[in-house]
Amino acid sequence: MLILGVDTSCDDTSLAVLDEERKIRANIVSSQVDLHAMFGGVVPEIASRKHVELIDSLYESALEEAGITSGELDLISVTQGPGLIGSVLVGLCFAKGLALALHKPLIGINHIEAHAMSIFLEREVEFPFIALVVSGGHTIILFMEGPCTYRILGTTRDDAAGEAFDKIAKYMELGYPGGRVIEESAKKGQKDYVLFPRPMMDDKNYDFSFSGLKTAFINYAKKHDINDANIADVLASFQEAVCDVLAFKTFKAAKEHAVKRIVVGGGVASNGRLREVFAERGKREGIETMFSSPQFCTDNGAMVAILGYYYFRKGIISPLNAKGYSRMAIKTGK
Amino acid sequence: MEKREFISKSPSETWDIGEYVGKHALPGDLYTLYGELGSGKTQLAKGIARGIGVADWEYVVSPSFTIMNIYEGKFLFCHVDLYRVTAGEVDDLNLEEFLDTGIVVVEWAERGLWWGNNIEIHVENTGENERKIVIIK
Repeated sequence: MLILGVDTSCDDTSLAVLDEERKIRANIVSSQVDLHAMFGGVVPEIASRKHVELIDSLYESALEEAGITSGELDLISVTQGPGLIGSVLVGLCFAKGLALALHKPLIGINHIEAHAMSIFLEREVEFPFIALVVSGGHTIILFMEGPCTYRILGTTRDDAAGEAFDKIAKYMELGYPGGRVIEESAKKGQKDYVLFPRPMMDDKNYDFSFSGLKTAFINYAKKHDINDANIADVLASFQEAVCDVLAFKTFKAAKEHAVKRIVVGGGVASNGRLREVFAERGKREGIETMFSSPQFCTDNGAMVAILGYYYFRKGIISPLNAKGYSRMAIKTGK
Repeated sequence: MEKREFISKSPSETWDIGEYVGKHALPGDLYTLYGELGSGKTQLAKGIARGIGVADWEYVVSPSFTIMNIYEGKFLFCHVDLYRVTAGEVDDLNLEEFLDTGIVVVEWAERGLWWGNNIEIHVENTGENERKIVIIK
């Protein structure tokens, strides 16, 4: 069985071909492709228009890399949301067209759930487990009861963790991507140089708030001289506050649900310090912590394909009039 | 031109001011928000959402990365952030379409060039924990 996975929920156009043995036959992400070569030097700037112009040629490239023809695809899996609605619709309409033309089932999946399940591209994980999906746009804790069954336990109430990294990097004029620049600088820094607040740590829920931490950083920067001598220390302290809160709430969710496994996915899951903090704490508390490999932490079509496959196995497929959506309805709670 | 000024001393006071704005909002209203990083633009948007009856207004989050989040209250609440968007891309968001059925609130509005008939809201840092919020209609 061959599954096509399509994701256009954010900046990247991603397509992947996966077989039922979980072997990735192709996994193409637009940011990693030489677009200038593809477009002869003129790359469209605008997100949803970019998806429209890219999707067909990336689809052809994916088939070529997988060594198959479109007729050999058995299943079309696509992100239905959440994401920028204009962009989501490009992938969704493309997938619907394919499903209709090839007479193959369509599966519309949730992008966040796909991040939580991306670890299955590399290994099996026993259910139930707690998943933390943490990226530029999302910070969310899920209780994964079984394949295709999950509950939202908590989410950010303002900024996502990756967004806080990015905005601080921009504020300090450190360059892009913010997360990586801060992580690099923080390696040489002293983590307890500044005691930044740990927002919502005392609240009984599993929600996060990173905008107050961002404001605390800015207030600190306005009052103190941050220079070459102490910038690594200030950034290390900031990163530590973010990692601390993420770990605290995720482990709290695991303990209160008597779950022994934690899975972390999404772009910020590539952060080395976050991995360390989770590993140390997991060891101490007897909870296994697992992170997706960096290539599957970023948005990718392979995670969409594998989640689609799980839905298909459960006999859940989507109608051809499936609607795209911009965000997940949040009903948190225990 | 009508101008109103408020002082907020906390995020929850900013929600209250936003709620006031939301309660007086009508479909077709375009709100453009201006203010530096960390001034509380998203907090104000949260309050506006509460004012127009978005049930999970507490989970109105920053659209900086997702660019546009859509919520439903008495009418549609389209929350936009141009932080990662270039001026040329604004047209591509089809904001007029959302104004037909609800209101549009734009953060980092200085990045869009051609606003018409908009209500400006400026959030100024007047102290570490104090903000002046100025609404210009």
